[in-house]
Amino acid sequence: MRPRLTLSRALVAERTWPFFIDVSVAAALLAGFYAILWIAKFWFSSAIPEVEIYRSPSHLPLYAFYSLVRIFVAYALSLLFAVAYGYTAAYNKRLESLMIAVLDILQSIPVLSFLPGVMLAMMSLFPSRQLGIEFGAILLIFTGEVWNMAFSFYTSLKSIPRELMEACTINRFSRWQRLFQLELPFGAIGLIWNSIVSVANGWFFLMVCEMFPVGSRNFRLPGLGSYLQTAASNGDFVAVTWGLLTMVLIIVLADQVLWRPLIAWSDKFKFENVESSNRVTSPVLDALRNSRVVGVINRYTFRPLVERVYRDLAQRRRNKKPRSERKEASKVTTAIYLVVAAVALVAIGILAFHAVLLLKDIHRREFLSLLGGAGLTFARVNAALLIGSLWTIPVGVAIGFNPRLSHIAQPVAQIAASFPATALFPLILVALMRLGLGLGIGSVALMLLAAQWYILFNVIAGAQAIPSDLREVSALFRFRDVQRWTTVILPGIFPFLITGLITASGGAWNASIVAEYFHLKGQTLATLGLGAQISLASDQANYPVLLAATMIMALMVVTINRLVWRPLYHLAETKYRLD
Amino acid sequence: MTEPIIQARQVEKYYAQSRDARIQVIAPTDLAIFPGEIVALLGPSGSGKSTLLRMLSGLSRPTGGSVLWHGRDLSSTEINVSIVFQSFALFPWLTVLENVEAPLKARGMEAHARYRRSLRILDTVGLDGFEAAYPKELSGGMRQRVGFARALVVEPEVLFMDEPFSALDVLTADNLRSELLELWQKKTIPTQAIFLVTHNIEEAVLLADRIIVLGRNPGHVRTDFKVALTHPRERKNAAFTALVDYIYKVLTRPDVAPAEMPVLEDGRRVRDQRQMRYEMLPHARPGGIAGLLELIIDLGGRTDIYRLADELAFEIDDLFPIVEAAQLLGFLKVEEGDAVITPEGKTYAESEILKQKELFRKAAVDHVLLLRQITRALANKSDHSVSEEFFLDLLDEQFSDEECANQLSTAINWGRYAELFDWDDARRRFIYHEHEGEEAPVPAPEQAG
Ligand SMILES: Nc1ncnc2c1ncn2[C@@H]1O[C@H](COP(=O)(O)OP(=O)(O)OP(=O)(O)O)[C@@H](O)[C@H]1O
Ligand SMILES: [Mg+2]
Repeated sequence: MRPRLTLSRALVAERTWPFFIDVSVAAALLAGFYAILWIAKFWFSSAIPEVEIYRSPSHLPLYAFYSLVRIFVAYALSLLFAVAYGYTAAYNKRLESLMIAVLDILQSIPVLSFLPGVMLAMMSLFPSRQLGIEFGAILLIFTGEVWNMAFSFYTSLKSIPRELMEACTINRFSRWQRLFQLELPFGAIGLIWNSIVSVANGWFFLMVCEMFPVGSRNFRLPGLGSYLQTAASNGDFVAVTWGLLTMVLIIVLADQVLWRPLIAWSDKFKFENVESSNRVTSPVLDALRNSRVVGVINRYTFRPLVERVYRDLAQRRRNKKPRSERKEASKVTTAIYLVVAAVALVAIGILAFHAVLLLKDIHRREFLSLLGGAGLTFARVNAALLIGSLWTIPVGVAIGFNPRLSHIAQPVAQIAASFPATALFPLILVALMRLGLGLGIGSVALMLLAAQWYILFNVIAGAQAIPSDLREVSALFRFRDVQRWTTVILPGIFPFLITGLITASGGAWNASIVAEYFHLKGQTLATLGLGAQISLASDQANYPVLLAATMIMALMVVTINRLVWRPLYHLAETKYRLD
Repeated sequence: MTEPIIQARQVEKYYAQSRDARIQVIAPTDLAIFPGEIVALLGPSGSGKSTLLRMLSGLSRPTGGSVLWHGRDLSSTEINVSIVFQSFALFPWLTVLENVEAPLKARGMEAHARYRRSLRILDTVGLDGFEAAYPKELSGGMRQRVGFARALVVEPEVLFMDEPFSALDVLTADNLRSELLELWQKKTIPTQAIFLVTHNIEEAVLLADRIIVLGRNPGHVRTDFKVALTHPRERKNAAFTALVDYIYKVLTRPDVAPAEMPVLEDGRRVRDQRQMRYEMLPHARPGGIAGLLELIIDLGGRTDIYRLADELAFEIDDLFPIVEAAQLLGFLKVEEGDAVITPEGKTYAESEILKQKELFRKAAVDHVLLLRQITRALANKSDHSVSEEFFLDLLDEQFSDEECANQLSTAINWGRYAELFDWDDARRRFIYHEHEGEEAPVPAPEQAG
């Protein structure tokens, strides 16, 4: 995949902000958690219609369609939100630090912890139960998809060359013209690569969201995820195979029909003013480009519309008041900001306080066991990262150094990475069981499955970024293998490796919630760990423990980011920069 | 003189350096761009050339002072300027044509008219047939042509250029330069003035009608002069090399005041434009000036102005014009709130009346542009008399009507005292004053009228 644009969530490590912002964001999250629970209380536990999930393959096309629609709606929302969020953060000086801190923390908290609360809350908000679950699922997928895209767009906006901005200003571009002619094109490549990652994440969560228990109740949405889970828990491996095949088909189709054309198309948004040699090609895009029909549609609908918009914008600006008059207004805006901020702070304070009150129901013993679980999960996450690095570094470097190999391996790896690990979990668990391995080790394998790709793609990009003259020097001086690795390769890929590890670590923590606790064939498999504790608490609707466990996990992720990854990232950016 | 298109008054710029430190990048500076001229701004790297250009073009607001566009505040008026950037600043995802059309789109121009105008300007800059190409497919020189086309397509009144030729190789830059000059001289483009920032001294002397050299830390104007060489300019020409040498000296010796201006072959000396501005004449009488100087000598040659006002029981506002007048004539200096008499001032105050007039005459011609112009005009005119109107017109551009009248009356007052000229109040004309033992100069070419 594309260098470090892809994993821009890691780029949060570049920035620092005052501690009090972190505290306020954390308080706001607590408040959010409590607000969700509070709304959820209004849901009167009448029986929910349990949708029956059929295991016959003939239902698969319909299920796949439902899941696709969910993914698409969530993705469309994420894209809009990401663009709006990135834009606001980049141009609103007052909100910038706060918004970036929110990004950093939101992508560090385990989305799945919010599953039961969000589902119950959505059901009390919507008249139809089924619609409530539907929206709940979409909301959760959205949360899993949006942050890296928002951050990617924000970073793009921040790195637009000053002179291009000035060219827009001096030529009196309206904000919309600037958005369409400068900002979106400039951010397009980052947005596209992040969309691929995001949609893969979306599938990961969808598999879990479509079917899960809270207390004695079962929430179900007809879809590919629920089909796979039902098939697996019934031990129907024929159906599992059919489901997985459908999934593979969707991923491959998406890759060919959507992502590849998009990537090929986005080539024109490359900012480097040189023609690049190895670019992605897409027959689908070529067909579209040469199609008469598309050209005609474009000429008679899209273009006249655009013309109108530009004329109206120019007209509107001519009628606008001169700048000096608007200065008065900015004092009013400041006042409004202050009032809104004050009200929000008070509300957050009250809600957060209530949330903390929830915690007092927790036993000391329970709390200690949560800490113990956190330690175990921490160990598993690191084990997964270590194993992941051990295989991906040599493989990634080999692929990166060898253009022919990379030509074949990259697309395959990309498809493999898009495949949601959660869909494979049942199969892998059964295999592990046969081998007599428990979930304690099995969960490491599952985390590895979810996290390794981030490392692999970054190592490949890092290896490709090592200048060939450096490699030639090492060949010239006949460096031995060890020396080659320690003086050229490892330092060369170091910044990329760190970026990959940051992202992978976030992915592994999130995966722990589904990896350490699993329903299979009517029984519950679990191992000791923070992820399992979160899942169990959410199963039993034990909200105090759920909150405590979620807080511990979020705190651990944020702390590790700050204490380990950020300094390492800084080191990588200063000492091991190759350009 | 004509009205300036853009006028900067005491503009200065600070940049925040850290949380609470800020650094002054441009010291308070006056600068004006007049119609019909190409102004080149030279200066060492980091002296604030681009910063000044950004303030003049309205891209950034000055921290202090103001920029006027045809006499009205720049930030609240619709201005018509363009910029050509060193880095071209083209949108790589738009074709050449789309790049050129973009500014017209922003102005809401109808599609067909926009298309035609863009094609025409592409033709003008020699990009005929490249409409559908993308910038990355073009060479650097071609890209900058697109940059020019995009800037010129809106028919800007002032065209700004920030080192437009620096990223090009020597030959390409030469070509583009002469093509631009041709467009400008043949008035193919309706642009009224060009403001060019450059590192290249020869480029400035080749193109510019006026050259401004900026000094560093903080940025300030070190010299500002007109280039009266005719086009086409030859690099080998003696006057050309004299100018280049002069600018080179100014640039390389930032610590000393700019050297004597070079004399061109037609015998005229290049003049600093800042000396061409009218000083504001304080409304003080020559007698008052002499009186003040005598007082200060009695106080030991140095005194606090406020204490002096107290002792004399003067309003400070009444005393100020006299101090300023003495200062303008070089008789006084003001140091840290103290008025200090200069050697010239001392001689003046201690001389007898006839000698005083002579000293005053010399100081006035040296330091006051208006008086210098009046005497020169009288000396050159065949009938040795010039009407008041003529000078009012000159002053008009810089002062309000009322102030013009005041300035002229002060000038008349000073001139008559110094016997620089006589004043015919009935006909409101200046008359040449004949000094004893001296004949009226005969103006060189006799002209009727
Ligand atoms: N946005 C900014 N923030 C802080 N300092 C700035 C900013 N822009 C410019 N400066 C500083 O202001 C000074 C003048 O910069 P400017 O770009 O105007 O110089 P210049 O004369 O155009 O230099 P060059 O010849 O290198 O283009 C420099 O010291 C620069 O570091
Ligand atoms: Mg500059």
